[in-house]
Amino acid sequence: MTKVKAAILGSGNIGTDLMYKILKNDGNMELALVAGIDPNSEGLARAKAKGIAVSHHGIDAILEDPEIKIVFDATSAKAHKLNAQALREQGKLAVDMTPAAVGPFVVPTVNLHDHLEAMNVNLISCGGQATTPLVHAVNRVVPVHYAEVIATAASVSIGPGTRQNVDEFVRTTANAVQQIGGATIARAIPVFNPAQPPINMTNSVYAVMKEEFDEAAVIESVQSIAAEISSYVPGYRLKGTPFVDYRETPWGRLPTVVIMNEVIGAGDFFPTYAGNLDIMTASAYRVGDVYAAHYLSAKEVTQ
Amino acid sequence: MKIPRLTDTTLRDGDHAVSHSYTPEQVRAIVKDLDEAGVPVIEVSHGSGLNGSTIQQGFSIHSEYDLIKVAVETAKQAKIASLFVPGIGTSKELREAAELGISVLRIAVHCTEADVTEQYFRLAKELGLETVGFLMMSHTQPASVLVEQAKLMESYGADCVYVVDSAGALVQSGVRERVSALKEALSIQVGFHAHNNLGLAIGNTITALEAGADQIDGTLRGLGAGAGNAPTEVLVAVLNKMNIETGINLAILMDAAEEKVAPLMQSPIVIDRGNLSSGYAGVYNSFLLHVKHAAEKFGVGVSEIMEELGKRQTVAGQEDWILDVAVELAEKKGITV
Repeated sequence: MTKVKAAILGSGNIGTDLMYKILKNDGNMELALVAGIDPNSEGLARAKAKGIAVSHHGIDAILEDPEIKIVFDATSAKAHKLNAQALREQGKLAVDMTPAAVGPFVVPTVNLHDHLEAMNVNLISCGGQATTPLVHAVNRVVPVHYAEVIATAASVSIGPGTRQNVDEFVRTTANAVQQIGGATIARAIPVFNPAQPPINMTNSVYAVMKEEFDEAAVIESVQSIAAEISSYVPGYRLKGTPFVDYRETPWGRLPTVVIMNEVIGAGDFFPTYAGNLDIMTASAYRVGDVYAAHYLSAKEVTQ
Repeated sequence: MKIPRLTDTTLRDGDHAVSHSYTPEQVRAIVKDLDEAGVPVIEVSHGSGLNGSTIQQGFSIHSEYDLIKVAVETAKQAKIASLFVPGIGTSKELREAAELGISVLRIAVHCTEADVTEQYFRLAKELGLETVGFLMMSHTQPASVLVEQAKLMESYGADCVYVVDSAGALVQSGVRERVSALKEALSIQVGFHAHNNLGLAIGNTITALEAGADQIDGTLRGLGAGAGNAPTEVLVAVLNKMNIETGINLAILMDAAEEKVAPLMQSPIVIDRGNLSSGYAGVYNSFLLHVKHAAEKFGVGVSEIMEELGKRQTVAGQEDWILDVAVELAEKKGITV
């Protein structure tokens, strides 16, 4: 079967976990290259051990191969802003795993098919991947006036990039809760918990509605999207059944749907508690795989 | 013993106890008295810090910016401070509070997460604010970890770092150990913030002073989250008896506590089962009202929720886990809601 060549840019932990995901799944992509900038990085050594071509010349090595059609950028927001233009010019899809948000936000269960031609898509944040589809699932039944998401992860799974820029996480995730989730107003709050042994990633969504609604239909919609997400993030599940709680809000006493969720990682490279990192690499894999299928079918049509 | 600097946080920690219902008039009246009494620092903001008005923490009835504005206008000698929790607040709210005229920013994080505060200490210093680092839930970590974390804050520009007993779970030996370790390791000031779950708010604060603390906190009538804090008026009375001259007028504070603050209390703050089990389990104090809400909704006990939250090592900002715990306990008991 023909496959589309993909490359991973960034040989850190995220890039490495994604590499194992591409290797273990027999999808539409073939991993052609892992490119980093540190010749001694553990990620490059692990790629080499798996028989994957590696380079420490960063993006240049990727640009040299015209056959590479999909590039997962697991570097930093700053680096991605520099890389985006070159990748676009060469007709390579950039799956941006940094907070750079050059291209549109994508969540596989919500809007991936709207952006298959975008050539640069952004994966928001871990909290965004986990919670925005839940808000969307409520909003497709009844308009969500206000949504608040709390994303809680083990301290040890939060890297320095996020720690030095909590503002960025908050802003990006809240924007996505509005854009992807459909809430009129949104808040996003991260919590880092240092408990030992480390906790699994958990998320809570509060969705406030200004009108009465069919509670059973909302629950069904949320449960069905959670099942869809778990098809590409196997450790994604709802904790309990979503329920309605009446809360005092600035808009009066209103029904609030409370949804709780847990994400256990697949343990490909990250420990299983780091569901927050797993959902990023699993979503990236899904986006790349769907794009690759789309690319192959488009090619067939033109041939 | 040196004269400590006293920060009254009735209008911040007490915000939890009044379910975020402070009005500009109440703030004006309380700030006026604290200021006249000579309290040097008055903290005003949502109980969970700037921008804390959320479902998770509780929505404020009045905009905290309006409350801060009134406080800044009213205070003649006192500095106005606000609490800031990274992730709940962002640079935007920090800048707005600075523009409204606060002089002190107290940046609070769980006591192992100091490295998320760097961007905010730097910004606050740039804006000319005095800065205080607040190491929340200090009972969960030994002195050595707190020292490491406090040093990070010092390197980011903190003028003082507090040992914060958010759960009211520390006893005196624990306070002494932590405060002296920080005093020894830091060249900046050290503070202590108490909660009264074990009946030790005043005693622990005095122990902190003996261990060298430069700054301490109180709230009028002890009005604060959960079991409340060291009552400001009692602290001043005790310091007077110890011949530590704070220059703060005790009579004005007693009147303010009795006439302005006591009438705001939804119920007297006592060490009841909820507060004791919370402190005993080491659970963040502002969880109390949320735990009561969940206990009622799901038909489970306050103490059993507290116990489980303690076991799960919850930190500030995890009110959502209260619901999770309550749902699980209810399921175990076969209660359906």
